Amino acid sequence: MTSLPTPTTWRAWLTADAPASRRQARAASLYQGWQRLRANRLTMLGLAVLALLVLAAIFAPLLAPYSPYAQSLGDRLLPPGSEGHLLGTDSLGRDILSRLLFGARISLYIVLLVVLVAPVLGLLVGTIAGYAGGIVDTVLMRVTDIFLAFPRLILALAFVSALGAGIENAVLAISLTAWPPYARIARAETLTFRGADFIHAVRLQGAGPVRIVTRHIWPLCVPSLVIRVTLDMAGIILTAAGLGFLGLGARPPSPEWGAMISGGSDYLLDSWWVATIPGLAIFAVSLAFNLIGDGLRDVLDPKDSGQ
Amino acid sequence: MSAIDIRKLNVVFGDYEDRNHAVRDVTIAVERGESYGLVGESGSGKSTVLRALVGLVPEWSGEIAVLGEQQKPGPRRSHDFHRAVQMVFQDPYASLHPRHTVDQVLTETLRLHGLKGVDARIETLLDQVGLGGGYRFRYPHQLSGGQRQRVAIARALAPEPQILLLDEPTSALDVSVQAEILNLLGDLRRELGLTYLMVSHDLGVIGHMCSRIAVMQNGALVEELGVERMRRLEASHDYTRHLLDSALRSVRGGR
Amino acid sequence: MSNLLDVEDLSVTFPTRSGEFEAVRGISFSLGRERLGIVGESGSGKSMTGRAVLGLIRPPGRVTATRMTMNGEDLRAASPRRMRAIRGKHISMIMQDPKYSLNPVMTVGRQITEALRTHEKVSQREAKARAIEMLDAVAIREPERVMRLYPHEVSGGMGQRIMIAMMLIPNPEILIADEPTSALDVSVQLQVLEIMDKLVRDRGMGLIFISHDLTLVSGFCDRVAVMYAGRIVEVCDAGRLHEAQHPYTRGLLNSVPDLEHPRDRLEALKRDPDWRSAPSVSALL
Repeated sequence: MTSLPTPTTWRAWLTADAPASRRQARAASLYQGWQRLRANRLTMLGLAVLALLVLAAIFAPLLAPYSPYAQSLGDRLLPPGSEGHLLGTDSLGRDILSRLLFGARISLYIVLLVVLVAPVLGLLVGTIAGYAGGIVDTVLMRVTDIFLAFPRLILALAFVSALGAGIENAVLAISLTAWPPYARIARAETLTFRGADFIHAVRLQGAGPVRIVTRHIWPLCVPSLVIRVTLDMAGIILTAAGLGFLGLGARPPSPEWGAMISGGSDYLLDSWWVATIPGLAIFAVSLAFNLIGDGLRDVLDPKDSGQ
Repeated sequence: MSAIDIRKLNVVFGDYEDRNHAVRDVTIAVERGESYGLVGESGSGKSTVLRALVGLVPEWSGEIAVLGEQQKPGPRRSHDFHRAVQMVFQDPYASLHPRHTVDQVLTETLRLHGLKGVDARIETLLDQVGLGGGYRFRYPHQLSGGQRQRVAIARALAPEPQILLLDEPTSALDVSVQAEILNLLGDLRRELGLTYLMVSHDLGVIGHMCSRIAVMQNGALVEELGVERMRRLEASHDYTRHLLDSALRSVRGGR
Repeated sequence: MSNLLDVEDLSVTFPTRSGEFEAVRGISFSLGRERLGIVGESGSGKSMTGRAVLGLIRPPGRVTATRMTMNGEDLRAASPRRMRAIRGKHISMIMQDPKYSLNPVMTVGRQITEALRTHEKVSQREAKARAIEMLDAVAIREPERVMRLYPHEVSGGMGQRIMIAMMLIPNPEILIADEPTSALDVSVQLQVLEIMDKLVRDRGMGLIFISHDLTLVSGFCDRVAVMYAGRIVEVCDAGRLHEAQHPYTRGLLNSVPDLEHPRDRLEALKRDPDWRSAPSVSALL
């Protein structure tokens, strides 16, 4: 390691047929996945939108011309393009652009929290049920079925009304209602791999069930869960927005996008922008996640990783 | 003491009308250092015998002793058993984890058996199976069928076993690759003094690899014979003669 | 021109991320009223050849040939509609595993009669009679009973015989059999092949028998073309296979373990890079 590799040798290093170290093997496989992802233009578009969202969330205080909470009743319901208010103002004279930028933080926060809870819970329940089989499987899957049987929004509403309104509780409610499908997917995948020879092979080395599930089954279930989560992300944002709209998510002054639509709905006919602009933001982000999910499906699908 | 001693092994799958008596009263004794072949057509129960032996088929009745250690029905086997008995599976495309490199596969196996000096051992193992260090960090999808089977053999050799169970190890491969793998298996047995229990439907392969052969039909062992008698086509059971006849005719091109 | 099939300079290419992959690289062959074996290992392009003739290569795969005629009719110019009519009526194909080529939710009888009725205008009753006759011809006992079974209720060997019945009932002139017996047990294998062989000869059909098993093919063919890396490296009379010259053919023959002639070590094939670049041998008549 005397000199930094030049870009061409980096490429050669990443595409080498015979990697020389664990790190190189891993990097090369990531690079190949990235190359395949990059070939999909729509996915790149989705990634770009997501990157914008992240940047907006990080730099909201710098980018926003006003405080998201600053009211100015003299400037209420200004249309987009008004001087100083690029996207107009709402019924309390708050700048919509500023609220949208700060709202990105809330959306990302919700998304992150849900991602940390629901798929992980689903993965645990699904793989344990699938690998253990028998009575464990039956019990875990019936619990899953019970959760699946409730309409998601209604169940979330019930949770929120029990726990009290607020972002964290909304996220918790969404996560608790979102995990069953992940458990189902993880179980189905586990069942297909459980009888595979490569799992038999580690069993014959004396590996215990915990090791087999965490080291051998999880890596194979994660891709389909990642795909499913990105595809569900739109639904999660919408559910959060829905709870906000119903006044059970983020509480009024906070610039959550759903709450913004809710606040603008009274003025929809006279001042369309108040509700429409946050609606468009939700639409764009949901679409972006869907596009990414589609692209990831092509790259991660374990069924054709053998090619 | 035999390497493998199976007595009156019975395996039954399912209940009532789905009941399938897959293995019926099979008795086999494999001596140390021997290469023993189990021949039969699909559904004859030959693979089930291997799977019951290693615990992949947990429910069976009868007696199974490996290197003098009695085995009980159920998936559990002792640590010593796992070290002493290793298996190579039929389909090299299904027996390697699709997201683990060769290095990961071998490292994990060595660690599970508590062996030290993993790096050096992996290099030796890859040399032993004729792959060399260049293949160490590849994923299965970067390997051909024959190369994958070599990795599977390296994995089986990793804990320095005494007995290798071979479940149709070459039937998914091209004949020229099959020849390479069979040569490799033959060399390894000579060098390491291994005991083989090989399952195959191919009498040519079994005849090449094994010194004693048991023929199975519908779960039962119909005949056991030495390879010399098999080559002279001196089978006493009709079914064995039928198998031999089919095998010879397909090798001679049906003429 | 009495050849059933003439193919000249056939290539099949697939685009991949790392450039074009040529599965078949400019091979020429013809088929008279004979049995032609195409032999090679996996990846030699033998199956792609069969599929290309039937027009079964889907985009992005590309098929090119300077000539591809069946009974003088240009297959390259045939419309998709015409190709559908040709498949089954003039050329039939038997695939490796009957499990995947029979429709699991249709009875055997219905599948065979449908195969007949898509190509010929016959009454249901006549179709049924001919289907039973055909099942009888492939040595299936109690054909009436088998007609009512679903594919999962028949064994592998019987499934493959049903496939043969289904493929031969419209009386095609050419049969392409792609590894027709490699999913079957050895003892069943020969029986199925003998039935196929007899039917093909009785009806004066042309047979293209694609397989990885050189000796098996030589027993059921008149000529054998050996493929390696998308090209034909050697063509010889099946009866004189043991006089084959090409080191690849010899290597394939010698790498099979032989029950009667035991050897200490099997001969491992040493692949010469020149085989890959050598021009394709013509199998035209």
